[in-house]
Amino acid sequence: MSFAKALRCRECQREYPLEAEYVCDFCFGPLEVAYDYDAMREAVSHESIEAGPASIWRYADLLPCEPDNRVDIQAGFTPLIRANRLGKELGLTNLYLKNDCMNPTWSFKDRVVTVAATKAKEFGFDTLACASTGNLANSVAAHAASAGLDAFVFIPPDLEQGKITGSSIYNPTLVCVNGNYDDVNRLCSELAGKYPWAFVNVNMRPYYAEGSKTLGYEVAEQLGWRAPDHCVVPMASGSLYVKIWKGLQELAKLWLIDSVQTKMSGAQALGCSPIVTAFEAGTKNVQPVRPSTIAKSLAIGNPADGFYALGVMEETGGRAVTSTDDEIVEGMKLLARTEGIFAETAGGVVVAGLKKLVESGGIGKDEVTVAFITGAGLKTQEAVIDTLEPPLQVEPTIAAFEEALGERREADVQAASA
Amino acid sequence: MATHRVKFTFLQQLITLPIIYDLGKQFKIVTNIRRADVTEDRGWVVLELVGDMEEIERGLEWVAAKGVRVDPVQGDIVEG
Repeated sequence: MSFAKALRCRECQREYPLEAEYVCDFCFGPLEVAYDYDAMREAVSHESIEAGPASIWRYADLLPCEPDNRVDIQAGFTPLIRANRLGKELGLTNLYLKNDCMNPTWSFKDRVVTVAATKAKEFGFDTLACASTGNLANSVAAHAASAGLDAFVFIPPDLEQGKITGSSIYNPTLVCVNGNYDDVNRLCSELAGKYPWAFVNVNMRPYYAEGSKTLGYEVAEQLGWRAPDHCVVPMASGSLYVKIWKGLQELAKLWLIDSVQTKMSGAQALGCSPIVTAFEAGTKNVQPVRPSTIAKSLAIGNPADGFYALGVMEETGGRAVTSTDDEIVEGMKLLARTEGIFAETAGGVVVAGLKKLVESGGIGKDEVTVAFITGAGLKTQEAVIDTLEPPLQVEPTIAAFEEALGERREADVQAASA
Repeated sequence: MATHRVKFTFLQQLITLPIIYDLGKQFKIVTNIRRADVTEDRGWVVLELVGDMEEIERGLEWVAAKGVRVDPVQGDIVEG
């Protein structure tokens, strides 16, 4: 059962009933789900969680959903990989990767949309909606299909074909909005106010955001019920970063792990780094920016949770780092070369950020460090395709193969010595 | 009558201008500030606007033309 008891304003702490609302009527602050942790503590244990399904629903008692309308496409409980080869390259002895590429639509968005879709059914909505440049769109379309809900998915123009297909295969009403990023934002804000839809990251946002906590729960469980020493998380709105921290804190509050000493570090692309800029300026006043980066899944110029992310950073002693587009590509290639994981550009941001944190002494060599890889690379092939070695072209003879291989190796040696 | 909730973000050169006062004077819009954080070099204000929707839209265009960034209170809606 759910132990959610109210929606609470993150600014003025006023409480509201658990409804499809997202802004405090009094101060217009964002609403967040509040729980009865004392009752929750009586109900959950390591054993009760471990006996649950291999999905986010093993943490059902810690989420704001009743069991009756559960939407389940098997999101979550993704692998936590001991990354020895990448760790060796970077100089870390206890590096882990949380591989959320392994979700049903290949990104962590399945966690948040599973919770939002479930609440949408609980509230009686018949339509799911979102505005997205890729991962969220794919996930909303898939969950709506599975739940028997209608779906409206709004996308900006010039989206890569792979991302469009990744949504349209599930048969939503896909709407390409002519205009720039701000135009899409404005239109969707107006639509969310006009139509009785469950807009996953607008009127469902308090519930939607709770899905990200499961990344914190899983990492702790997979480490043997302990919090890592350091987390490195990609930041777009900042919500994922904040909720991973909240997930760890909740486990401690429920006596499922010891007190949390985790340092939370965040990574952004240089071309859209309003949170890092504020961190470096020593302020929590985040100035919006116009995004310009290949890491489109992180391209939120006006991050809703930036202020709260900066609060967690200050509280935990974490750091904030940026990487250029070239460094992002190198990060993607390094991750693939060392660990066999083809991540999207956000993964490149994390690996590049991780490298910088190690080089600057921001992460200790022996710290148990978890880097969050939040989406798969097949969706963003354009980012790396021109930087990869083309295949050897050979005639079907051994001699032709060996000649071509010899030439390639010679070229590699020359490139390495250049 | 319509109500509209927005966030204005001001850069340093705009902080000293009475933009919200002028918005209420030049357009038939009632402005009601709910939350704000203004420092010497930057600032934001979350407010409610009440008036005819067309008048609010005209007013917001005027604010944006002044160089103020106008956003929904919940931040960016378009996500990755």
